[in-house]
Amino acid sequence: MSAGYRPEGLVSGDDPERPDGDSTDTTRPTAQAPAPGPVGFGPVAWLRWTWRQLTSMRVALLLLLLLAVVALPGTFFPQRPQDPARVAQYYLDNPSLAPVLERWGLFDVFASPWFSAVYLLLFLSLVGCIVPRSLDHIKALRRPPPAAPSRFTRFPVRDAFASPVARDEAVATATTALKGYRLRRTDGADGAVTTLSAERGYTRESGNIVFHLALVGLLIAVGYGTFVHYRGQVIVVEGDTFANSQVQYDSFESGPWFDEGGLEPFRMRLDRFTSAFDEVSGQAADFRAEVTVTEPDGDEQPETIRVNHPLRTGGASVYLMGNGFAPDVTVTDAEGNVGFSGPVPFVIVDQATYDSRGVIKVPDTQVGDQIGLSGVFLPTAVVDPASDTAFSISPEPNEPLLVLDVWYGNLGLDDGVPQNVYQLDTQAMQQVRAPGPDGEDAPVRVVVAPGQTVDLPDGLGTITFNDLPRYVGLDLRYDPTLPWVLTFALLALAGLSASLFLPRRRVFVRIGQDEGGRTVVTAAALARGDDPGLERELTRVLEPLRPAVGKTDQDRMNQETGQAPDRQQDEGARRG
Amino acid sequence: MAELGQISLYLVTAAMTAYLIATIAFAIDFSRLAADRPSRVSRTADARELVSAGVADAPVVAARPVADAPLPPVRRAAAIGQSTFTVAVLMLVAGVVTRGFAAGRVPWANMYEFTTVSVVVASVVFLGIQRRRDVRFLGTFISLFALLALFLALAVLYTDPTAVQPALQSYWLVIHVAIATSGMGVFAVAATVSGLQLAKDRAIGRGTQGRILSSLPTSADLERLAFRINAVGFVLWTFVLISGAIWAEHAWGRYWGWDAKEVWSFVIWVVYAAYLHARSTRGWEGRRAAWFSVAGFASILINYYVVNLFVNSLHSYSGV
Ligand code: HEM
Repeated sequence: MSAGYRPEGLVSGDDPERPDGDSTDTTRPTAQAPAPGPVGFGPVAWLRWTWRQLTSMRVALLLLLLLAVVALPGTFFPQRPQDPARVAQYYLDNPSLAPVLERWGLFDVFASPWFSAVYLLLFLSLVGCIVPRSLDHIKALRRPPPAAPSRFTRFPVRDAFASPVARDEAVATATTALKGYRLRRTDGADGAVTTLSAERGYTRESGNIVFHLALVGLLIAVGYGTFVHYRGQVIVVEGDTFANSQVQYDSFESGPWFDEGGLEPFRMRLDRFTSAFDEVSGQAADFRAEVTVTEPDGDEQPETIRVNHPLRTGGASVYLMGNGFAPDVTVTDAEGNVGFSGPVPFVIVDQATYDSRGVIKVPDTQVGDQIGLSGVFLPTAVVDPASDTAFSISPEPNEPLLVLDVWYGNLGLDDGVPQNVYQLDTQAMQQVRAPGPDGEDAPVRVVVAPGQTVDLPDGLGTITFNDLPRYVGLDLRYDPTLPWVLTFALLALAGLSASLFLPRRRVFVRIGQDEGGRTVVTAAALARGDDPGLERELTRVLEPLRPAVGKTDQDRMNQETGQAPDRQQDEGARRG
Repeated sequence: MAELGQISLYLVTAAMTAYLIATIAFAIDFSRLAADRPSRVSRTADARELVSAGVADAPVVAARPVADAPLPPVRRAAAIGQSTFTVAVLMLVAGVVTRGFAAGRVPWANMYEFTTVSVVVASVVFLGIQRRRDVRFLGTFISLFALLALFLALAVLYTDPTAVQPALQSYWLVIHVAIATSGMGVFAVAATVSGLQLAKDRAIGRGTQGRILSSLPTSADLERLAFRINAVGFVLWTFVLISGAIWAEHAWGRYWGWDAKEVWSFVIWVVYAAYLHARSTRGWEGRRAAWFSVAGFASILINYYVVNLFVNSLHSYSGV
């Protein structure tokens, strides 16, 4: 496409006068046709030239496009912050490609240097653009509207007629009709001609500036948030209490400026967890955790946490992110000493049936080896004797059953290496096996239901299934910038709406007299941007001045049937 | 409840039939347009010249070039198209409402339902503009779009009406998703207009404007129309991002997490921001800007069909 190609009248280059005069010319940087290179030599000239380029509309546009493009790889490749497991899988599937992608930051696009570079440049451009514009706009707000040009012939929307209204009265009438406009009245030297310059809709430009500045505010607020936030995850079993301190979390992550002392020391007890499922589809219908929160001042408060309804406390929010069963078991050693007792959270592997996996570690045996039990918990168990398998058919605890493999040896807990509580480190352990019904060596399984006590094989001890409390996975987040982020976002929305939908208009009305002493009205109107109502507005302003016969019935009819916009549309070359 | 769901299905199928008839009727009208209508461009231009010559400082008749233009010819096919189109929308609205009752919640919680609501919105936007000015030339495209979208919805995306999972049980579902679906409908209309503008522009560039294209409004008119619709769409989409972030904060504990769906919604927003910028950047107005409008809608379609169906995302509420 050839440079400067402009389909008919989209932007008329020969505007009689830009509605915003020289003060807020939107296309200023490019409109003055930037020099192809810096004027003169030396670093200052170069800097100035670079800055002018950067703050031009064309570069802003290109940067916006670039931003859209560089965001896309974030959906093509798995992203580590969102889904580390899939990144690991990608490494397995594409062992040669993955490290290359890693080097280019493609597994963490939104923290990559190139993504950051694009948006930072864009915002730099934005600031460079919007600051001078704001200053200009503030000046424009203080100035009266510009004087009217001497002739209106080049305005696309204009009118001229002889009015039956006396000259002075006509001026007064027009002034009244222009209520809400900022006015500048110019009386001709001989007092015969009065010109009214009127302008309204400064809010349009204000809105545009608010919008752009709000985006800057948004970026700063979001950025600050990443520095001071914290996030911790913890599992709490019914009846247990969680205290808000870093050591209590199962996992904890925070920004570099986060102050550990800033954790508000509230405590929270999980009293009860309930779930409901749709009877037909089996889909989860409701989860709720009833908790008692103890504020630092000792104030106790019952609260409920649900999905979509986090608990707000101590500046932090507590989200219900997961749940499951934590069978309460007691395991004794060969001599009957209690080696472990308490609830053990099992992780759900199938959301539809709550088939759950878990591990019971029994470190405190007094005789013999340490014991490890790993296996499944089934809320509504069905045992298929033919295949000797068991599975769950419902997430509700109708027929709870633990099915466990048995290991003995060294759990490896004393090495000082942190262990995954859901996995058994079987390096130094042995599994109890025995010949199965078909004579082949197979793992020995222990099956235990609530209330039962079952002997472990090989005389290792016993396991008792005492109770079936539930647990919840909680996510605590603290980000003090949330209200700011929201405020800036809403400001941006408001500014944007103002800037797109509020018309900015100038109306010029000149009232004089011809040789015969008749009042002569000439008028023109101009809008910034696209303004379908401009012609109607001029008609409205001039209405009281118009001769009664000058207004044809056809006109009236058109207005009443709302045909006016259609007519506007035909007015091909109005300013776009 | 099952019967209501069935009734809803019948209504949607009936609406599709009506859309089909509307498509045909509008298409017939469209193909006849050129024969009946004098070119608007030249008429306007003539009028303008007249006015320029007339207005000196002396009182003359105002610059109202086309007020006395002859009444447009009666377009029977278009009238049939418009009434069947209206019937189609009414039936579709009824289908959406009964679906809502069948599921016992707002009827926009999975892809099948989003599609039906989007089609309603696009249709209503079309009818709304049509009330103020004659845009029946869009009818063929809008009803064809409706037909295709509904067909896809029924053939690929259909799910039975059921309650929704806890993450979706929120009044934000009502707000956020309603605005998102509306935004898609609004952008669809704008993209259609921009597409016509591009077709027309291209034909003019080659000097071979066919009968049909020459009967359309000027590119400038199409451009302005597309802009007005896109401006509304952009404000809606901005609100979609904000309300989505608020909802995500409630449901997932973070307001923005660069989930696939969020990335694409962001990309869409940036593309339309670029569109608005392009309109006021010298050398980028007109045809190039129109490409942005089309690209924006293409991103919407990708975000809708590709991301929902093929990408692993937290927003896996497609129900398929
Ligand atoms: C984060 C980057 C930016 C975004 C998301 C953005 C977005 C927008 C949007 C949505 C509009 C439309 C509102 C309207 O038409 O009034 C707009 C208008 C405008 N933007 Fe930006 N903008 C960005 C950066 C910039 C930059 C860097 C500049 C300066 C070079 C700039 C200058 C303008 C101007 C002059 C307008 C008014 C256009 C008009 O009046 O038609 N923007 N911007």
